[in-house]
Amino acid sequence: MTTFHTYDAVIVGAGGAGMRAAIATSDQVRTAVISKLYPTRSHTGTAQGGVCAALANVEEDYPEWHAFDTVKGGDYLVDQPAALIMCGEAPRDIYELEHWGLPFNRTPDGKIDQRRFGGHTRNHGEAPVKRACYAADRTGHMILQTLYQQCVKRNVRFFNEFYVLDLLMNEGRVAGVVAYELATGELHVFRAKSVMMATGGSGRMFKVSSNAHTLTGDAPAIAYRRGIPLEDMEFFQFHPTGVYKMGILLSEAVRGEGGILLNSEEERFMERYAPTVKDLAPRDLISRAIFQEIKEGRGVGPGKDGVWLDVRHLPREVIEEKLPDVTEFARLYLSVEPTKELVPIQPTAHYSMGGIPTDENGLCVTGPEETPVPGLYSAGECACVSVHGANRLGTNSLLDIVVFGRRGGAHMAEWSKTVDHVALPGDPESFTRGLIDPILARTEGVPPVEIRDRLQETMYDLAFVVRTAEGLSKMKGILDELKTQYAQVLIQDKGKMYNTDLMEAVELGFLLDNAEPLVVAALAREESRGGHYRDDFPERDDERWLKHSLAYREEDGSVRLEFKDVKLGTYVPMERKY
Amino acid sequence: MAAGTVGEVLEGSDDRRAGASNKITLRLKIRRYNPEVREDSWWDEFEVRMLPNDRLLDALHEVKWRYDGTLSLRRSCAHAICGSDAIMVNGQNRLACKVLVKDVAPKCTVEPIRGLPVLKDLIVDMEPFFAGYRSVLPYLIDDGSEPDTERPQSPEDRHRFDDTTKCILCACCTTSCPIFWGDEGYVGPAAVVTAHRFIYDSRDVAAGERMKILSDKSGVFRCRTTFNCTEACPRGIQVTKAVQEVKRSILFDRF
Repeated sequence: MTTFHTYDAVIVGAGGAGMRAAIATSDQVRTAVISKLYPTRSHTGTAQGGVCAALANVEEDYPEWHAFDTVKGGDYLVDQPAALIMCGEAPRDIYELEHWGLPFNRTPDGKIDQRRFGGHTRNHGEAPVKRACYAADRTGHMILQTLYQQCVKRNVRFFNEFYVLDLLMNEGRVAGVVAYELATGELHVFRAKSVMMATGGSGRMFKVSSNAHTLTGDAPAIAYRRGIPLEDMEFFQFHPTGVYKMGILLSEAVRGEGGILLNSEEERFMERYAPTVKDLAPRDLISRAIFQEIKEGRGVGPGKDGVWLDVRHLPREVIEEKLPDVTEFARLYLSVEPTKELVPIQPTAHYSMGGIPTDENGLCVTGPEETPVPGLYSAGECACVSVHGANRLGTNSLLDIVVFGRRGGAHMAEWSKTVDHVALPGDPESFTRGLIDPILARTEGVPPVEIRDRLQETMYDLAFVVRTAEGLSKMKGILDELKTQYAQVLIQDKGKMYNTDLMEAVELGFLLDNAEPLVVAALAREESRGGHYRDDFPERDDERWLKHSLAYREEDGSVRLEFKDVKLGTYVPMERKY
Repeated sequence: MAAGTVGEVLEGSDDRRAGASNKITLRLKIRRYNPEVREDSWWDEFEVRMLPNDRLLDALHEVKWRYDGTLSLRRSCAHAICGSDAIMVNGQNRLACKVLVKDVAPKCTVEPIRGLPVLKDLIVDMEPFFAGYRSVLPYLIDDGSEPDTERPQSPEDRHRFDDTTKCILCACCTTSCPIFWGDEGYVGPAAVVTAHRFIYDSRDVAAGERMKILSDKSGVFRCRTTFNCTEACPRGIQVTKAVQEVKRSILFDRF
């Protein structure tokens, strides 16, 4: 039996972006926040190192320097007006979080303390700058808790463990969403004037990933199936320091506090790749440097496919006070004592720069002319503003969620006040029924684990840090096979209560619909830029490729690409050296 | 804990990719419950082959993905920060992602955490737990001023409540508390930890209000100082100490 709800604003996802948006909408319009998890389980909570804002509490700094670093870090694929907004408004949002109680570490004179982070520099690249505001190495945890606290204070209406499976449109406008209630297996139709998609990342398409099991690209896949294009999906960030073979993130703050990378000869190899900022170069550069070291035979570990992270020289109090969680990950999961031993690491799939295309107010825009989709918003990792371009700088994801969560929320509240609900399309839950009923009814087929293992292993082998036309073409063929198999996906649990077997099968379908646009766009982009490195086209090619990709799903399930211009500004693309 | 050397760990990790094995056997005894199938709970046993440094969560996934897809549990981040996968392992509350196979092999017993209604297998109703959390005004209440920049706070004042900011609301502490087992009305240690985080924050002005709430009959004085909560906390928070500090402040401080 389907239950119907009516709200003005519906927010899908209760991480940092979703909850920040809810704070902006909830005292303005009737708001519901729908999450497949409990809000405090969201992946924002795993962010460790910090959130950047040019507060200049410790060193001279300006928002304009921050904006320059963001544009350069993104290899000039960043839309510059959006980067200026984000970096300009950053101090305001940090002070707001502090006023809401976020327990930032403090300077001796009681201000918010700041530390170094990769790619963040003084005066356009002169030297690393202390810009990252932090709460030990659990900054994301404190942001998530603080935003949840503010939602509790405002009595925000949460629908926890409701899994949104479809976006409803009518007359070119958003009409609502359909959600599956995990506890009961019942469907719920939420009618809404505006919907914000804020479901986070999709890193689980790769075998080695820092992402939670639940980060399965839900919003991009749902939008993509409804004809919304996905922007810049070929740009995925591979974070250099994942726990060897497990992928769990070891924060860049480790290097911000002075940790260094060593190869098998215990050489500080980043001195050769980025002579100025060395181990604090942006993530894409370091991940590629690690792969180069491995390729030249200087990797560590039994497969010679990692390098060392060294913090043995750091003062004990820095490790215990500023990096306690990271230190514990090494102790617990690797049985390594980082104060005395080298920590084996390797790049891990971390962050999708691409996603649902939006303008600076979180409003979804499609096509080269950026035609708005009235009522549809997106923010956070599943969105593409684009402030991260081809490679996101560390800390800018936490900044992105608070700035564009707030801006998107404010805009959707205003919009929701000025319009009426559009009628629901006829038989609103039919698409969702078509998604889950066949899976529940099927009695023979392929178990999800077989499809998921092959997806994750092949994406790791063929679409990771180093890509080639040959590998990507092969991956495209594998995805076609996996899609055919997925049409016969077989689960064991046929029940209605907490059917996590069904939920995981649906998530797997979403992952496939993130992987395919990624691979097709990566194959098309015959250049190397930011997180997208083509061994067969190792140079950036501004003449042909200084443009965003847009991947559309065609009727027959294939991918069609369009391109749109990058919004440039005062920063003229130049060679990216550090 | 038998700590392996780096070499051993790496050998084991590499086997994971190579598909080879120095795997060990783990016999899992899991308490099951599914009201769609039968009224009472039952036990199932599974034998899985795992690497020593795999997480218990990996072993539960192995069961779910390869043997019995109906096994239901909550999990997300898999590295002890999201707080989803609190379960009882050999009678003690743990996060499944923070227990290594080598530390429980060759056999271990897995049950849902106690004191909250079981909904299915390892999934419990978290609502009473969050009701306790919400009851202590879990948000900063400031003096109403709106400074242009940050409110100043000395590193010492910041340090005063550092320990209790680590809480991930996993419920390991509250559901290890015998008082909570007997009386769901008791706010439980996690709610006191949350209150502590604000009571000792120099920027907050509502300590008195929170302590009034906690001096109620379902409040902090129900605690009998068994230290179960501190032992259960996967974040290493000194939970009992925080509870005692709140008790002492209610008795001796003027708010």
